[in-house]
Amino acid sequence: MAIVPGFDVSALRNDFPILHERVHGKPLVYLDNAATTQKPQSVIDALTRYYRTQNANIHRGVHSLSEMATYEYEKARGKMKLFLNAADTREIIFVRGTTEGINLVKDTFGRKFIGTGDEIVISAMEHHSNIVPWQLLCEEKGCKLKVVPINDRGELNFEAFTSLVSERTKLVSMVYVSNSLGTINPVKRVIEFSHARGVPVLIDGAQAVSHLPVDVRDLDCDFFVLSGHKLFGPTGIGVLYGKMDLLEKMPPYQAGGDMIRSVTFERTTFNELPYKFEAGTPNIAGVIGLGAALDYVQSVGLAAIGEHETGLLRYATTRVGSMKGVRIIGTAAEKASVVSFVLDTVHAHDVGTILDQEGVAIRTGHHCTQPVMARFGVPATARASFAFYNTLSEIDTLVEGIKKVQEVFQV
Amino acid sequence: MSSVNELYQQLILDHNKNPRNCRHMDHPTKVAEGYNPLCGDHFTVFLEMDGDTIKDVSFEGAGCAISKASASMMTTAVKGVRKEEAEELFRKFHTLVTRGMSAAVEDDIEELGCLGALAGVAEFPARIKCASLAWHALHGALTAKDSKVVTTEE
Repeated sequence: MAIVPGFDVSALRNDFPILHERVHGKPLVYLDNAATTQKPQSVIDALTRYYRTQNANIHRGVHSLSEMATYEYEKARGKMKLFLNAADTREIIFVRGTTEGINLVKDTFGRKFIGTGDEIVISAMEHHSNIVPWQLLCEEKGCKLKVVPINDRGELNFEAFTSLVSERTKLVSMVYVSNSLGTINPVKRVIEFSHARGVPVLIDGAQAVSHLPVDVRDLDCDFFVLSGHKLFGPTGIGVLYGKMDLLEKMPPYQAGGDMIRSVTFERTTFNELPYKFEAGTPNIAGVIGLGAALDYVQSVGLAAIGEHETGLLRYATTRVGSMKGVRIIGTAAEKASVVSFVLDTVHAHDVGTILDQEGVAIRTGHHCTQPVMARFGVPATARASFAFYNTLSEIDTLVEGIKKVQEVFQV
Repeated sequence: MSSVNELYQQLILDHNKNPRNCRHMDHPTKVAEGYNPLCGDHFTVFLEMDGDTIKDVSFEGAGCAISKASASMMTTAVKGVRKEEAEELFRKFHTLVTRGMSAAVEDDIEELGCLGALAGVAEFPARIKCASLAWHALHGALTAKDSKVVTTEE
């Protein structure tokens, strides 16, 4: 049964070889997409093609292979610019992932523009990667971290946010879609409010880009970070988008080859954007693979993806939520396709182990959001997170698996 | 028996539901915390020593069925035994949960007694740390010079 007419999930599933694997003799039911997404054949092919026929270092050689590798690498940057609707390809910086993107902003923008007594505002639902870098900066610079609370549904307390932004605030850094709760934050309102007070905003888009269309110019965010592997691309590659004027003002991140214009022992001048932030030989294959992933996602269409996933989320919420002894953590009105849940008497790890035996892959634990776990008074949750290739019948398998857990634990 | 039922044996489910010696100790001789930063499982092991002998042992904390049952079973196994015996038991237990029943020596299996119920963990590499968490804390407490809290990450 198709959730969205014309959205042929079984045809799309055929694009993903791994979805036909078996685990413990059972068909794989992959519901851990918030941790990482699976890769379509076209991405795998792009990686193979690069290593088989195009491998060379970029921005250096005059030989054909190097020119071809450079062309493919820069073409992917162009695709990312269009995907995010950035104003200029020079605003697209390739990094290892969301974590490195945030750390880059902390080490360059943060160190230069945030000082003693200044404040950074984040939310209570941040991933550790959007908490710890700022804590390190606070330790180093004597600035303070302000945390916007969330309500019992896992929604941002917008009023509290507005009262936390002050003349001392130098940056707001906030997650678009929460990885452990699924909450979609009102980032556009957050950005509007912050800008009215002259405060730049970084958006952690790791969980957003595979579920909803992102337009950085419409959002008007100053920085936007994402990970390729959560967007059906390879691991070890991600993007930091930054507004040109800000990037220009920021000092370099790492130092090395490719980020310089000229070097003498007396003086080094730095390369222009985006290369100023891309020292050393980058993850060329990763960038090319990510480019192929963008092509793939756009061919499926984020609007259709969103509709299909809304259907999955609604079905999973109803089925899992109506089970006796099961409680869903994170019930925001605006939610992406994540269902975090706890069983009354069974720890999430035991749920995960038993589901795995049924072929169902979910994430269990604190999801690198320990403050969220503390907020809800649970040590850990089990999390099913969906992608467009998931089906209603996979959710049925999940529900049967949870019943099996209750059977084993005799509850 | 399926490997899941092998893992979650009745004895383990019972220790999980009704953990033994699960209480705070007000005046312990030694204390150590066992913490797995990857999953957040967290136990504190309290010891009351009489010379080299573990006179009393208890634990508190939160974790999955495997870690909680293992902590509970550990306390019943080491209460009243000497420090070296407890350490030796840990060594044998570690072999059991990492390599399974077939790798354990017959004499050891007898000595391990009810701890043998955790042999099924060997089939689940991701869960070995759960089974050994409280034991690492015990080891930390036994080897601590004073009652300082030590953190084990395994």
